[in-house]
Amino acid sequence: MAKSIDVSDLDIYYGDFLAVQGVTMSIKARAVTALIGPSGCGKSTFLRSLNRMHEVIPGARAEGKVMVDGQDLYDADVDPVAVRREIGMVFQRPNPFPTMSIYENVLAGKRLNATRLKKSDADDLVEKSLRGANLWSEVKDRLGKPGMGLSGGQQQRLCIARAIAVEPQVLLMDEPCSALDPISTAAIEDLIHELKSDYTIVIVTHNMQQAARVSDDTGFFNLKATGEPGHLVEFNPTKKMFTNPDNEATESYISGRFG
Amino acid sequence: MTNLSTAPTSSDMAPLQSGHLPRFAPLAVGVLAVAVGVLVGGMALGGGVAGALVLGWLTMIVVLPLWSRVVEGGRKAKDRLVTVGVWSTFGLAMIPLVSLTWTVVSKGYGALTPTFFQNSMQGVLGSGGGIYHALMGTLIVTAVATLISVPIGVLTAVYLVEYGNKNLFSRVITFLVDVMTGIPSIVAGLFAYALFQIFFGPGVKMGFAGSVALSVLMIPTVVRSSEEMLKLVPTDLREAAYALGVPKWRTVVKVVLPTAVAGIVTGVTLAIARVAGETAPLLLTAGLTTSLNFNPFEGRMTTLPVFIYSSIQAPGLYVDEMTSMAWGAALVLVVIVMLLNILARVVGSVFAPKSGR
Ligand SMILES: Nc1ncnc2c1ncn2[C@@H]1O[C@H](COP(=O)(O)OP(=O)(O)OP(=O)(O)O)[C@@H](O)[C@H]1O
Ligand SMILES: [Mg+2]
Repeated sequence: MAKSIDVSDLDIYYGDFLAVQGVTMSIKARAVTALIGPSGCGKSTFLRSLNRMHEVIPGARAEGKVMVDGQDLYDADVDPVAVRREIGMVFQRPNPFPTMSIYENVLAGKRLNATRLKKSDADDLVEKSLRGANLWSEVKDRLGKPGMGLSGGQQQRLCIARAIAVEPQVLLMDEPCSALDPISTAAIEDLIHELKSDYTIVIVTHNMQQAARVSDDTGFFNLKATGEPGHLVEFNPTKKMFTNPDNEATESYISGRFG
Repeated sequence: MTNLSTAPTSSDMAPLQSGHLPRFAPLAVGVLAVAVGVLVGGMALGGGVAGALVLGWLTMIVVLPLWSRVVEGGRKAKDRLVTVGVWSTFGLAMIPLVSLTWTVVSKGYGALTPTFFQNSMQGVLGSGGGIYHALMGTLIVTAVATLISVPIGVLTAVYLVEYGNKNLFSRVITFLVDVMTGIPSIVAGLFAYALFQIFFGPGVKMGFAGSVALSVLMIPTVVRSSEEMLKLVPTDLREAAYALGVPKWRTVVKVVLPTAVAGIVTGVTLAIARVAGETAPLLLTAGLTTSLNFNPFEGRMTTLPVFIYSSIQAPGLYVDEMTSMAWGAALVLVVIVMLLNILARVVGSVFAPKSGR
C-alpha cells in the first residue's frame, strides 16, 4: 500500500517570494528518501508541498506537478483534505493535542473525522500504532494520561503513532529527531527501517550520518546564492551521494567543507 | 586606544557579603511609625486621624531606607524605599474596595431574612416585602442575554480568527466590535427600546427587550475575549489536525475550540458579571414591577439593579424599610457577581489543558 511520488518542475511561493524553484525528482515507493541541505534552503517548504500542507499558510502556493499514483496533487479537482489522509506528516516540533489523552491522541485521526470504531478495534489500533512507534511499553499503563505529560522524545513518537494510525500511503517527516537524544533517535531510526516495508517515507534531516544510515535515496537542496530561491542540486542513491557525488557542492556539504 | 578587552581587571574581587538589617526591621519601624503618628501627629500636633496617618507614613518611608542605607548600603536602601512605596499604593488601592464591601455588607446584612428571598413586593407596604421577583428577573434577563450573546460572539470570533484572514470584511467587523465596546449602556437600552417599539407599539416593556439591550453590551466583550483566546491556540495544533486529513471546520470544532474553551468560558462569565449590574438600559426596556414574572416575552420584569434604583428613588412613605431593602438587594447583587467571578476561575482551571502525569 505504498505509492511513489513524481515531482516535476515544482515552484513554491510564499506570496510573491519564490522559496523553491524547479524541483524535479521521483520518490520511490517502499523506500526512504532523505532531504538534506543548509538551513533556509526550502526543505520544509518542499516537504509540506508534497501533501498540500504548504497552502495552509496564508498567501502560500505551489505551481508544477506532483504525481502520486497517476494523479496530480495540484489538479484543480483534487481535495487537499483527501490528499492529507493519504500522505501523513510528522512535524519538526512534537505537537500532541493538549486536550487529549495519549489514547485519544493516537486515535485523533479517526476520532476527529468522526469515524466510528468498535472499542476493541480502537484498542487494537492504539496498541498497534504505539508498538509501531516504539512507545507502547513506556505508556501502556497510562494511556488515559494527557499526551503533553510525556517527555519530548516520547511526544515525538506519539506524533508518529498518531500519523501511522490513519494508515497513510506516504509518511513525511520533518527533522523528526532534531530534538531527541541518541537513544530516542536510534529508536526512531529503527522505526523508519520497519515502516519502510509498508510506507513510502520522506525525511528531512540535518544529520548526515542519519541520512546515510536510514535512506535509500538522498536529495541535496541548496540556495543558488543568498536571496535566490532554493533548488534541488543533486538527487541520487544515498550510496553514490555519500561516496561519489556528481556535484562538487554536494561533496563539500556532505564532508562539512561548506561555505 | 580604547580597551576592548573583556578580561576581568586585575583588582581584587568585590566583597560578596554586606551587612543587613535584622528580619524584624520593617515591623519595628512600622511600630515606631504608628507610635510617632499617633503620639506626635495625632495628639501633640493635634492632627487627628489624618495627621497620624500622614506622619506615620512619613516616618516609615524615611526611617527604614535611612537605617538600611547606613547598615546595608545604597542599593538595598533604594529597594526598601520602593518596597514601602509599593505597599503604600497597594494600601491606597484597597481602601475603596474594602470600604465598599464593608458598607454593603454592614448595611445589607440586616435585610437578609428568609422572607426577603421568598416574597415579591406585590401589595407590600412597609415591611414583609422581598426581592424574589427582582432576583428571578436578574437571572432570567441575564440568562437570555447570555444565550443570545455567546453563540453570536464566539462564532464571530471564530470567523475573525479562523476564516477572516484579515480581509476587508473581517477588519470592518473588528472595527465595529471595537466601536460597540465603547457604547454607553443607556444607548444600548434606547436601541432595544426603539427596536421593540417597532414591533410591539409604543411603551412596550418586556424582559426579552432587556436581554437584547444587554446582549448589545455583551457581544463585543465576548467577541474580544474569545478572539484573544483563539489566537493563543498554536498554529502547530491546527496543522497537526490538517496533516491527519481533518477538514478545517472539524479542526475548529474539535481541536481549536476545546483548546481555548477555558479562556472563552472565563471571558463569557466575566461578561455576564459585567452586565448583571446594568440599570439604565433595563429601566427603559424591561421596566419596573412589584410582582413576580417568569415570562420574558410578556409584561414587565424587574431586576436587582432596577429594584435598588426604584427603592431609593421612589420609596413612598416607607423610606427606612425601602432603603434597607435596597442595601440587602445590593449585597445580593455583589455576592452574585462575586460568585460568577469564582465560577469563572473554577471553570477556567477545570477546562484548562492538562499536562500533569
Ligand atoms: N511562513 C513563511 N512565510 C514566508 N516565508 C517563509 C515561511 N516559511 C519559510 N519561509 C522562507 O522560505 C525559505 C525556506 O524555508 P524552509 O523553512 O523551507 O527552510 P528549511 O530548509 O526547512 O530550513 P531549516 O533547515 O532551517 O528548517 C526561507 O527563505 C524562509 O525564510
Ligand atoms: Mg525546516
